[in-house]
Amino acid sequence: MNEQIQEVLALTNRWVKRLSREKFSMLFTLAQPMIFWLIFFGNLFQRAADIQVLQAPNYMSFLAAGVVVMTVLNNGLAGGIDLLFDKENGFLERLMSTPIRRSSVILSRFLFVMAITGMQILVILAVAFLFGVIPETGMLGITVILLIGMLFGVGLTAISMAMAFSVKSHGDFFSVLGFLSLPMIFLSSALVPLSAMPGWMQALAFFNPMTWVIDAVRPLIISGWSQALPQVGMALMVLVAFDALCLYGGAKAFKRSVG
Amino acid sequence: MSSAAIEVSNLGKVYDAVEAVKNLSLNVQHGEIFGLLGPNGAGKSTTLRILITTLSPTSGTATILGHDVVKEADTVRRLIGYVAQERAIDRFLTGREHLLLFAELYHLPKQEALSRIDSLLKLVNLENDADRVAKGYSGGMKRKLDIACGLLPHPKILFLDEPTLGLDVQSRLNIWEHIRQLRQQGITIVLTTNYLDEADQLCDRIAIIDRGEVRAIGSPKDLKASLGGDGVWLTLSDATPEALDQLTTALQGLPFVRAIRPRENGLDIRVDGPEKALPVIMETTNTVAGCRLDGIEYHRPRLDDVFVAHTGRSLTNEPAGPEA
Repeated sequence: MNEQIQEVLALTNRWVKRLSREKFSMLFTLAQPMIFWLIFFGNLFQRAADIQVLQAPNYMSFLAAGVVVMTVLNNGLAGGIDLLFDKENGFLERLMSTPIRRSSVILSRFLFVMAITGMQILVILAVAFLFGVIPETGMLGITVILLIGMLFGVGLTAISMAMAFSVKSHGDFFSVLGFLSLPMIFLSSALVPLSAMPGWMQALAFFNPMTWVIDAVRPLIISGWSQALPQVGMALMVLVAFDALCLYGGAKAFKRSVG
Repeated sequence: MSSAAIEVSNLGKVYDAVEAVKNLSLNVQHGEIFGLLGPNGAGKSTTLRILITTLSPTSGTATILGHDVVKEADTVRRLIGYVAQERAIDRFLTGREHLLLFAELYHLPKQEALSRIDSLLKLVNLENDADRVAKGYSGGMKRKLDIACGLLPHPKILFLDEPTLGLDVQSRLNIWEHIRQLRQQGITIVLTTNYLDEADQLCDRIAIIDRGEVRAIGSPKDLKASLGGDGVWLTLSDATPEALDQLTTALQGLPFVRAIRPRENGLDIRVDGPEKALPVIMETTNTVAGCRLDGIEYHRPRLDDVFVAHTGRSLTNEPAGPEA
């Protein structure tokens, strides 16, 4: 057990080192687009959006939950990229020729992606705070947001890693990624509430786990505990099922790839 | 402990209905440099991956120092070192960070790891560049770092995948020198290569692999000798079949001639000791009526001839392509 912890920490340390030497890439590909969504989209639609429909004090506060979960989505779906490159250039094989527990590589990735995701959620909430969005449920609410975000992130990262282990080339990986992420956002309650959507989109969004996650995070920010708790409960149930499915698929893909 | 360091028997690997390795058997002795020689896609890398436990065979077995590569994969991983191709480097880590990472993964005690890393960096002459990120390393430096990583866990057997692929001559000789030093320390070495000179000059024994099968195993010297001596090629003009028969009979009587085969417009004569053979062959040819000697060519058998003899094609004419 101690040995596995050493392995996971050593490998996680590698991801941290890589990131610290790719500062620009981190800043531009991960954090910045989401902050821009919040700042530009949030202010742009401030007057165009109907507060009655949103059931929120203003569009910015409505959007904050969506942007938080979009950050989780982007980080999670991109979570397998480094392993994809490790697979392609042979580094993964070199790791697998050492007597480490096979799961250590995967665990290190989860640990790293979750840590980054958590920090980015806090950055988004901080930016929203600057525009006057103060979470109604306070620090405890923020902790719950982090927890829900990471639970969602685990499943998404598992999907991403499963894809990384299954695809023939990284070209395939990025086309699937591009294909997945925008519909996931538009067919969810990230930008408008389900009630404001055309029927067919509403039906699709209902089956998008992202909708359930956003609908739990949103009341934590704009309403308060009494409205949030039932939603959080629902989201947790959806996420347990979602994560179980993704982890099962991920484990299968990993076994097939590295034995 | 079993007599051979590595025993491979009837190994097979099927990928997507393609047989990459077929019924492959070989033994590697303790302390030798063993080469898997073959063109790209011949199955040598697949064989190597099975031996380092990152790929499981479809059929057959392989043992490393008596341990099965599938059932006792973890034990095998503790006994071997693996030197990957140079692309398998993290360009964002420094050389020393690579070694520190692997020291943790092998659970080496901290103090021992630090001193071992220093001595390995010294061994491969990377001390001065150890704290630069690998992005700026040359091909030769990356390969040296690879070797240092492979040696870190004190392996009994070191596997190298195409150790000098794409390197300039100087780096190549350098790497060969390192590999020879390792053999002197008693490490058994297995490498894949598609360079004939590497197989010839570096390896104690080689297995020629083509289309997933072993075609020949032996020391480069023995394999060349098995072709039957040095070759003397006669080119004759306007020789009638009768005249050729007559010449063949006359030559067969000579003491140093080992074998005679017909070739286009002439004969392929295998001889011991060309110094005496050449003048006598010329003289004999001139005495046979109807044979006019147009040319005479002499060459020592090359490893490529061995390759051609066993696979029916030349390795040097193989167009370079990506490894399958």
